Amino acid sequence: MSAFDSLKDHTKEGRVFLARSVIAFMVVLLLLGVLIGRLYFLQVVQHDQLAAVSDDNRIQLQPVAPTRGLIYDRNGTLLADNRPSYSVTLLKEKMGDLEATLTELQRLIPITERELKSFRKRLKQRRRPYETVPLRFRLTDDEIARIAVNYQRLPGVQVEADLIRYYPFGASLVHALGYVGRINEKELQRVDAKNYSGTHYIGKLGIERFYEPLLHGQVGYHKVETNARGRVMRVLEQTDPVPGKDIVLHLDIRLQQAAEKLVEGRRASIVAIDPKTGGILALVSNPGYDPNLFVTGISTKAYKALRESPDLPLFNRALRGQYPPGSTIKPMVALGVIDSGAVSPSHTVYDPGFYTLTHGGRRYRDWKRGGHGTVGLDMAIYQSCDVWFYDVANRTGVDIISDYLGRFGFGQVTSLDLPEALPGILPSKAWKRSTGRGSWFSGDTLNLSIGQGWMLTTPLQLATAAAVMANRGVWKQPRMLKGVMTHNQKRDPKVIDGSVVEISGLEGTSAVLPNIELKNEQYWQRIIDAMVAVVHGPRGTARKVGHGLDFQIAGKTGTAQVVGIKQDAVYDAESLAERHRDHALFLAFAPADQPEIAVSVIVENGGGGSSTAAPLAREVINAFMALKKQDAGETEMTGVATDG
Amino acid sequence: MADFQRTMPDAHPHLARRRGFWSYTRLDGILLLLILILCGYGLLVLYSASGGDMDYVIRQAIRMGAGLFIMTVFAQMRPQLFARWAPAMYVVSLGLLLAVLLVGVGAKGAQRWIALPGFRFQPAEVVKLVLPLMVACYLANRPLPPSFRHIVISLILIFLPVVLIMKQPDLGTSLLIAASGIFVLLLSGIYWRYIFGALMVAAAGLPGLWMVMKDYQKQRVLTFLDPESDPLGAGWNIIQSKAAIGSGGIEGKGWMLGTQSQLDFLPESHTDFIIAVLGEELGMIGILVLLLIYLLIISRGLVIAVKAQDSFGRLVAGSVTLTFFVYVFVNIGMVTGILPVVGVPLPLVSYGGTSIVTLMAGFGLLMSVQAHRQMITH
Repeated sequence: MSAFDSLKDHTKEGRVFLARSVIAFMVVLLLLGVLIGRLYFLQVVQHDQLAAVSDDNRIQLQPVAPTRGLIYDRNGTLLADNRPSYSVTLLKEKMGDLEATLTELQRLIPITERELKSFRKRLKQRRRPYETVPLRFRLTDDEIARIAVNYQRLPGVQVEADLIRYYPFGASLVHALGYVGRINEKELQRVDAKNYSGTHYIGKLGIERFYEPLLHGQVGYHKVETNARGRVMRVLEQTDPVPGKDIVLHLDIRLQQAAEKLVEGRRASIVAIDPKTGGILALVSNPGYDPNLFVTGISTKAYKALRESPDLPLFNRALRGQYPPGSTIKPMVALGVIDSGAVSPSHTVYDPGFYTLTHGGRRYRDWKRGGHGTVGLDMAIYQSCDVWFYDVANRTGVDIISDYLGRFGFGQVTSLDLPEALPGILPSKAWKRSTGRGSWFSGDTLNLSIGQGWMLTTPLQLATAAAVMANRGVWKQPRMLKGVMTHNQKRDPKVIDGSVVEISGLEGTSAVLPNIELKNEQYWQRIIDAMVAVVHGPRGTARKVGHGLDFQIAGKTGTAQVVGIKQDAVYDAESLAERHRDHALFLAFAPADQPEIAVSVIVENGGGGSSTAAPLAREVINAFMALKKQDAGETEMTGVATDG
Repeated sequence: MADFQRTMPDAHPHLARRRGFWSYTRLDGILLLLILILCGYGLLVLYSASGGDMDYVIRQAIRMGAGLFIMTVFAQMRPQLFARWAPAMYVVSLGLLLAVLLVGVGAKGAQRWIALPGFRFQPAEVVKLVLPLMVACYLANRPLPPSFRHIVISLILIFLPVVLIMKQPDLGTSLLIAASGIFVLLLSGIYWRYIFGALMVAAAGLPGLWMVMKDYQKQRVLTFLDPESDPLGAGWNIIQSKAAIGSGGIEGKGWMLGTQSQLDFLPESHTDFIIAVLGEELGMIGILVLLLIYLLIISRGLVIAVKAQDSFGRLVAGSVTLTFFVYVFVNIGMVTGILPVVGVPLPLVSYGGTSIVTLMAGFGLLMSVQAHRQMITH
């Protein structure tokens, strides 16, 4: 025992310790109470909130992109398909060393510098978490196998299957359909981000762009449980996407191809419209280009080649080619001058081969040297006499002519669903002043009356005007869309719901013109007869094409002096000479009494309208009639077969 | 008295056998039972927290076995033996702590380990037991309540290892060690005026503490005060552990079915934050069961302390028991967000070797005090 022991009071120490222990135990109980109180707060009071936090952690909504609607022609031929395509993608979140992975991948499959560059660009763009970034598209089976074998060594690398757009008719339809491409950031801001959360492609041009809301469909969702690293553990719930609507166009691919063949090797455009519906039967702009190249992204080299080609394949001549219409507008001008009452229908002019506004003034030439002699309205049309038009235009004035031409849709976009269409130019006094070209001269009126000078029209506008003429003033808005396909159980592509689809946001995108009401409705027949004489009359400018038809074509030739379209490149002398030739135009509808097709043809630097453009129009109309007969025969045979 | 005790067992042979068995092993039956229940419960939670990985459970069970062995060994020794060796062990421990700072190996920016050929260990764990032994040994030999001078000397004894461990830096352990020393002082019966005085000095000294804290420690305190300020960084743990516990509700989501823990949203889910797994999967009921086991262990520890027959035994047993509670309170407090995050494991439930062995050794001290009661009177 130590020396201190004598000083220690063991009993008292024990008592003090007991007291302290009791206090300590009370403190323990108190603190346990604090913990329990805290647990009560978290697990009972805040339970609902914290349960929500916990659910937000683990439950994610994964968008499932809808399948894009298909595009069919009027007979159910597939024009735009979806095909599976395999691409190799990288997931940043799961990847270790990006550069090492890329090097390794490059060892396995060919990856171009450009693909690497655009991959890096995509990688830098804002993404949703755990969204993969594509590196290369359209993998071959061999490439897929090579990647699959090396999966273990390539964390974050995936081969993903995707449905991508495929255009079986390639360049034939690019100007009619447009194409889809990978959605970019600007477009993402424009669309409903939620509905596009799973979508990688969007309509960039044409029908694909215009009917994007219809074709896209409604996004679906997988409600999934993920772990903290974003890996999907299981699917809790799913809402299937609603596929986009399959749409049917008025287009007849057979007619389109026939028309395209006619202008092979030329810079030309053909537009055919069904006047009864306004439906566009064919829309050819030659040359075209393969839209499939643009779907997953075209290479810089290929794009440069397209852009720099002197034939301007990227240029949609049918919708955006603005040409002087030449004499093709003479029937509309003639209709205007007589219906307005400014000139009598029996008005005749003596044509010495030129026209002067003032005695001894500037001579406005007729295309025919020496002139046509005494010319009336009908002859002025079928012989395309310029002097008669100079004379009546000068008597009528620009205001009336411009007004009547406007009623046929010139100077504005009247088509429903071709967003790239240009309005052309319909000159008037107001137009000339407002564009800073000074005041209107009488000479301008003369030029306008024969479709030269300021006036510019697109092939689509000419075909539209022909259709309105064919309809005797009844307007049917030109359109590509025939309807939406409603599939029956057999998914028979021929079952077509022809009702017009209402899409919000379309109103007001283009002008809807009223029917043309003439003061004297008989003038329609007068003008149409003159147009028939162009083709079938003994002295018509297009009389060469009028033979051997069992129906009548009403038409009008046109030859436009070259103004040139976007020709900033330098060409060699030979091509320069070729490109100085006149544009050949023709505008027609048939059969003249019961019109079923209205056509416009423009061949750039094609020479004369009667020699170059008219035969093409005839062939198109002929092809259309033959197809009609063929279809009718088939239906009859089917009918017989069913009856039998 | 001694005669009575010696004759009593003979009058009740069955009792003599029972007492005899426990006397023979020198283990405290009640405490042992509670510890085993706690270990079992802990392993159950760990199995789920490790995502059903049996390897973790086996390794933990082996550590528990090793701990139980050391506990048994300690129980065999007389408390006087610990008292006799305390000063020497204290000096050696201080030397080891210094060695850690000089040649120690570290992880996560802290130097805590001494690597010896074959194994490495944390001297700080040894200090957890050595310090209360040292302070108790010092005070037990002096008249109690201790004089001011003895208190000051005791505080210096506490201060030295605590400062060395804070330097490692290891805030959690230094806190536990400081607590173990201070509990000895408090239980020794120091005057309340000293206690309140010390509290006031401590309050005044808080800003000073802030000055000496490392950046990551300051960050922890700041994060504690406002976890949302850094929801993806330091605050993540607290936000996720609160979400886990809160979403468990009263009944829990079911064993192995906690989404926070099973889907890895809960960091450190098998070590310091394991209580969140329990709270999420077995709910408030599961935690209350655990708290009840802890409370029973603490009660038994205090009973042993009170029944001890000399001051050294009392002070050691009391300090070990209350330090055990500090583990529980600080751990659950930090996981539920009422205390800053300091690295304190949940005793016998958190995965990790050294703390289990130290805790078991502490229980060995309790059992030693309990088993060698009668011998003091000789």
